[in-house]
Amino acid sequence: MITLTALREFSVPIQAPCITPENFKDKTLAEIKKLPATEGNRNVTLADLFKIEQSPQETPNITLNGDLSKVKRVGQAMKTGEIVINGNIGMHTGEKMAGGKITINGNAGCWTGSEMKKGTIEIHGDGGDYLASPYRGNDLGMKGGLITVDGNVGTDVGCHLKGGIIKIKGSAGRFIGYHMTDGAIYVEKDCDVRTGACMSGGKIVVGGTLEILPSFTIDSIKPKVKVDDTTNVAGPFYVFLGDRSEHGTGKIFANKTANPALQFYEKYL
Amino acid sequence: MTEILIKNGFVVDPRNKINCEKMDIAIKDNKIVQKVNEKTAQIIDASGLTVMAGGVDIHSHIAGAEVNTGRIIRPEDHYKDPVRKTSITRGGTGYSIPSTFVTGYRYSAMGYTSVFNGSIAPMKAKHAHEELNDIPLIDKGTYILSGDWWFVLENLAKGDIDECARLVSWLIHSTRGYAIKVVNPGGLESWGFGRNVHSIDDQVPNFDITPREIMRGLIKVNKKLNMPHTIHLHTNNLGIPGNYQTTLDTMNALEDLSTDGKPVAHITHVQFCAFKGENWRKFKSGAEDIAKYMNNHTHMTMDMGQVTFSDTTTMTADGPFEFSLYELGGHLKWVNSDVETESSGGIIPFHYKRNSPVSALQWSIGLELALLIKDPWKIFMTTDHPNGGPFYDYPKVLAWLYSKKAREATLKRCHKSARKKSLLPSIDRELSLYEIAIMTRAGTAQALGLPNKGHLGIGADADVAIFNINPETLDIAQKFRTARKAFANAAYTLKDGTIVAKDGQVVNSQIPGRTIWVDAQTKDPCRIDDEMKRKFKEYWTIEYENYPVTDHYVKVSDKLSVKASV
Repeated sequence: MITLTALREFSVPIQAPCITPENFKDKTLAEIKKLPATEGNRNVTLADLFKIEQSPQETPNITLNGDLSKVKRVGQAMKTGEIVINGNIGMHTGEKMAGGKITINGNAGCWTGSEMKKGTIEIHGDGGDYLASPYRGNDLGMKGGLITVDGNVGTDVGCHLKGGIIKIKGSAGRFIGYHMTDGAIYVEKDCDVRTGACMSGGKIVVGGTLEILPSFTIDSIKPKVKVDDTTNVAGPFYVFLGDRSEHGTGKIFANKTANPALQFYEKYL
Repeated sequence: MTEILIKNGFVVDPRNKINCEKMDIAIKDNKIVQKVNEKTAQIIDASGLTVMAGGVDIHSHIAGAEVNTGRIIRPEDHYKDPVRKTSITRGGTGYSIPSTFVTGYRYSAMGYTSVFNGSIAPMKAKHAHEELNDIPLIDKGTYILSGDWWFVLENLAKGDIDECARLVSWLIHSTRGYAIKVVNPGGLESWGFGRNVHSIDDQVPNFDITPREIMRGLIKVNKKLNMPHTIHLHTNNLGIPGNYQTTLDTMNALEDLSTDGKPVAHITHVQFCAFKGENWRKFKSGAEDIAKYMNNHTHMTMDMGQVTFSDTTTMTADGPFEFSLYELGGHLKWVNSDVETESSGGIIPFHYKRNSPVSALQWSIGLELALLIKDPWKIFMTTDHPNGGPFYDYPKVLAWLYSKKAREATLKRCHKSARKKSLLPSIDRELSLYEIAIMTRAGTAQALGLPNKGHLGIGADADVAIFNINPETLDIAQKFRTARKAFANAAYTLKDGTIVAKDGQVVNSQIPGRTIWVDAQTKDPCRIDDEMKRKFKEYWTIEYENYPVTDHYVKVSDKLSVKASV
């Protein structure tokens, strides 16, 4: 196991896509220390930023300690292995990830798990904005894998989602599941406005309050819903179909008891 | 005063009927001359290299409002291809819609020295010229969308060709344009009312005119003005299955206007105009019929509009076509615009995928057309940048043209529709360097009416491209990858007698390149009366006084004056 501990409080953004289990594998400690990163507009090595130690323990492959909220692109395109981050981490963590596991014992930055294909990301704090969403302009959403968040998440979570599962224990911001085509999002608490805007497939399960866009139609009331093999959520739920403005057949499951304001939809059943 | 001598190269110069002959090219200042003083001149040793004139691109969207809007809506297109600044060149972004400076650098690295911009709406001319000014290392010109300009429609409906000619002359002069561009004649005006025209004899709403009359009228106008280029035509029903019939109808309708066998119109990106079948499921290639027609007639020229399998951005003034593409392509991003009384416009990001039956067949249609039309002076190589693919894919297109092996390699990797529904697998023709030079330089320069470009005769502009291809030792059809690399990275590119790129790297970015525009001098000036000014006030957001592009908008102006017969 390689342990990286921040040497100081970072004041400018650091790009460190080299921190992946594949990259560290078969390298000596001296070689790892020399791996390149950038701090602001300067080229630096990992040893300039972190105290790097090796221990015989096998898993996790990499542990990061300290306040790393300025450190970006950790675990980019990783395929195997495990990274544990003790502290907050910056943007684009686990971008284009194709396997393995990242555990964040703190808050995650924006675009965590962006364009992810496979693997697991566990966030034990809050997730930022654009969790599992592609970067500006793209429609390459998350294709598979699992992201769990213990805290709240920001806006635009799961945009263009094409597969995989996102589970959020807290609340979510605006535009969750925007333009999603497949996959599932489960929010245990409330969602802000524009839930599932432009969605054409997949499902969003919300345990708390939410806003239903006028372009969704009510389909039925279901007593429970299955998010994935391990998670069955008891309802009852209003099931909405949409987004009809995109001829979509995505489903939003809105908890009946938490949303008395949606009761008037029942007359259309 | 600079003198350069390019020694011992294999010169390919179709205009002067020189085919791979070992000879020297002498350059004095910015012209090609008979000879220079060998002792004082700078010598470029071109032994074992092929020497051609600088490339002339007849149709490429490199500037204008569409191009810029395309940049705005596609951030993802830029961050996958950032270009760093060097001590010589400026930074920017590449891929399907490169920034202005990168456009110039990348064209130059491929040996291109003149590029003509596909289309701009007259109202947006100022913007286009500001962008053209910022494209270094290449000469450029721009075509002006005139086919659906209200004054043209009004005068053609009245049958007043002479007055229309004077107006068009004023329009080309006040936009500093190079040629008349006609896009989906009548269709753009209809699009303002949510409609389209579906054949060349459909009525245009609110005007008593048909597309046939617009095209014929503007060809007559073009002749009266003695314009160097023919009209530049984007046909009706473009990109719709079954449209090869419209293309044939169009060519038939214009045949009698050609006297002495000279071309009267240039159909651009003809690949998009050669679709057979009633719908996308029954989509087939109509290239054979068009090629057969072209082989028997001389009144048209064409360019390919080849699809190159890339994630690109389609942009055209043909608003209704872009709408049909939006309906097909998954409802993601779409820009739609109606340019007041002049034109329309649309932009859709589009990924031509090898495994898509339609894209694969489009790829083969473009190549079929280029290979089945026997005379390379009639069809030129383009990708309709960025509609079929970005211009840096030109070397790939060339490889498909000069090597059956390259075509086979791609056929194997793409959807079976390309093999089954087209003639491409049965075509054995492989173009020679001589034919390549016609399709990329000599032919395009001739079609554009540029006497000093596209050849290396005495008095021509000193725009030269030297490629690392030895025609004696390298069989380009077999070693197509080596030749493709050579076309992508010109050994030397000379612009106006200065070496601007070497081995595919820009070495001098200080040559701004000229903006070539046509001044068709009519005997009587265009009648600008109060009625016209009133219309400008009422229907345009720009008033008459602010409409023309003034001289300071064109940084390096190269006026081509012609005497009109009206």
